[in-house]
Amino acid sequence: MDSIFSMFLNDYYIQVLTMLGIYLIAALGLNLITGVTGQLSFGHAAFLSIGAYTSAIISLKLQLPFVVALLAAGLMTAIWGILLGYPTLRLTGDYLGIATLGFGEIVRVVFLNMKITGGALGLAGIPRSTSLTMVIILVFITILAMFRLENSRFGRSLIAIREDEIAAEAMGINITKTKITAFALGTFFAGVGGGLYAHLIQYLNPQDFGFVKSFDFLAFIVLGGLGSIPGAILGTTVLTLAPEFLRFVADYRMMIYGLLMVFMMIVRPRGLLGGVKLSRLFAKKKVQTTGTSASGGAN
Amino acid sequence: MLEINDIHVSYGAIRALKGVSCQVDQGEIVALIGANGAGKTTTLRTISGLIRPYTGTISYKGQDIIKLPPHQIVNLGLSQVPEGRRVFTRMTVLENLEMGAYSRNDKANIKLDIKKVFERFPRLEERKGQLSGTLSGGEQQMLAMGRALMSRPTLLLLDEPSMGLAPMLVQEIFSIIQEINQSGTTILLVEQNAHMALSIANRAYVLETGEVVLSGAAQDLANDPQVQKAYLGE
Repeated sequence: MDSIFSMFLNDYYIQVLTMLGIYLIAALGLNLITGVTGQLSFGHAAFLSIGAYTSAIISLKLQLPFVVALLAAGLMTAIWGILLGYPTLRLTGDYLGIATLGFGEIVRVVFLNMKITGGALGLAGIPRSTSLTMVIILVFITILAMFRLENSRFGRSLIAIREDEIAAEAMGINITKTKITAFALGTFFAGVGGGLYAHLIQYLNPQDFGFVKSFDFLAFIVLGGLGSIPGAILGTTVLTLAPEFLRFVADYRMMIYGLLMVFMMIVRPRGLLGGVKLSRLFAKKKVQTTGTSASGGAN
Repeated sequence: MLEINDIHVSYGAIRALKGVSCQVDQGEIVALIGANGAGKTTTLRTISGLIRPYTGTISYKGQDIIKLPPHQIVNLGLSQVPEGRRVFTRMTVLENLEMGAYSRNDKANIKLDIKKVFERFPRLEERKGQLSGTLSGGEQQMLAMGRALMSRPTLLLLDEPSMGLAPMLVQEIFSIIQEINQSGTTILLVEQNAHMALSIANRAYVLETGEVVLSGAAQDLANDPQVQKAYLGE
């Protein structure tokens, strides 16, 4: 399926770009939860792993088509998102962060001890069904979905919750239900990303979905600018490709990566594109012609 | 219209309300006055469903609302302007007003109501594209009130509208409250500035450490030597 790409890209770059696409889908999901709705989640990798294992087991044991496996991965992950969200989304800020962190570790240990997941040996022999073309299409669908969401009535209620929960409640927003819906949607995309990951790498091991991976996703969206779709895309791209392109400095690459982040936070504490909204980027011209003073979204 | 009967609220071991009862009739401005920590805000937050009392009843237009979640209470026409204004600082003035109409679905009328809010608060119209975090305190209070009006409330709950505002602005805000009342919205006002509150209210309740200690016509309370001594500084 990727024959067009292999004409001008070698396998290595195709692999890196496919991975980038998968991370984009998952990061945009986390951006909905943490960036738009303001609910800190340290367990995003766990949701990725739920999707990955679900799809892998469906492919291996039931031999169902890849599309079905992907959809099931998304839905299963969303169900777990709701199950975790219901009791924990009453918590705020750091407390929610700690609860999701705990959940992430539980998921990892459970997968490590289950028979069907292959335990510590991991799950091997997953068919390689993920292609770059497919991932690119799914990335576009995800961006479109996020864009539509952000500019809907529901999306505005998410932003209101992030801005001020008490005021949002006073506006007549059902806080708990709205947060759980956002959580379910965000984890759905993590699950789809996980399914794609499983069918790209062809091997799953619970250790690959630990806290560090969750933190990576958080770093993607924080660097890009919380709550901004272009920000999440840019942050993910920079931080996914940077370690690859920094390979020539070998042992120092993680150090440079770290320095980059520290520097970023000093220069642009709200992220590269903090406060930049896709809709406002396009709407700027229109706003000026109608005479409304353009706020531009950025500060 | 609103009847509160013997509500008790505790924060952990601290008893914030020890049996507060009061009522608000259609078309009135009712003020709850009292010192810091008297339980004024707690009473208001209990009415809007943000806090649940362990005993007591609250009925609104004959309907028991004590078990309803906040968003359903808003849908009944009971809208709150929270203490400290709490505008959505990273949204524009216009977006804040649109959020206020969240519980409604009639787009055409929402536009009409935004126009009305702008007529009442011309300063908000001048700044409609501005992020509301950049507004002054008085403008934010106007926005918070405008936002609450966007849900077309029949009863408006105002929590400390004068807080942190210059005396000139306090005057302006209070005359706007009167205007809102004259155009048909009943108002329950919580205020530390007893002087201002009593000057526009029909009736008032004086709260002290979680209990109603005095109540009556605002005029009478303003002339009451006890109230004058404790709250009006005369």
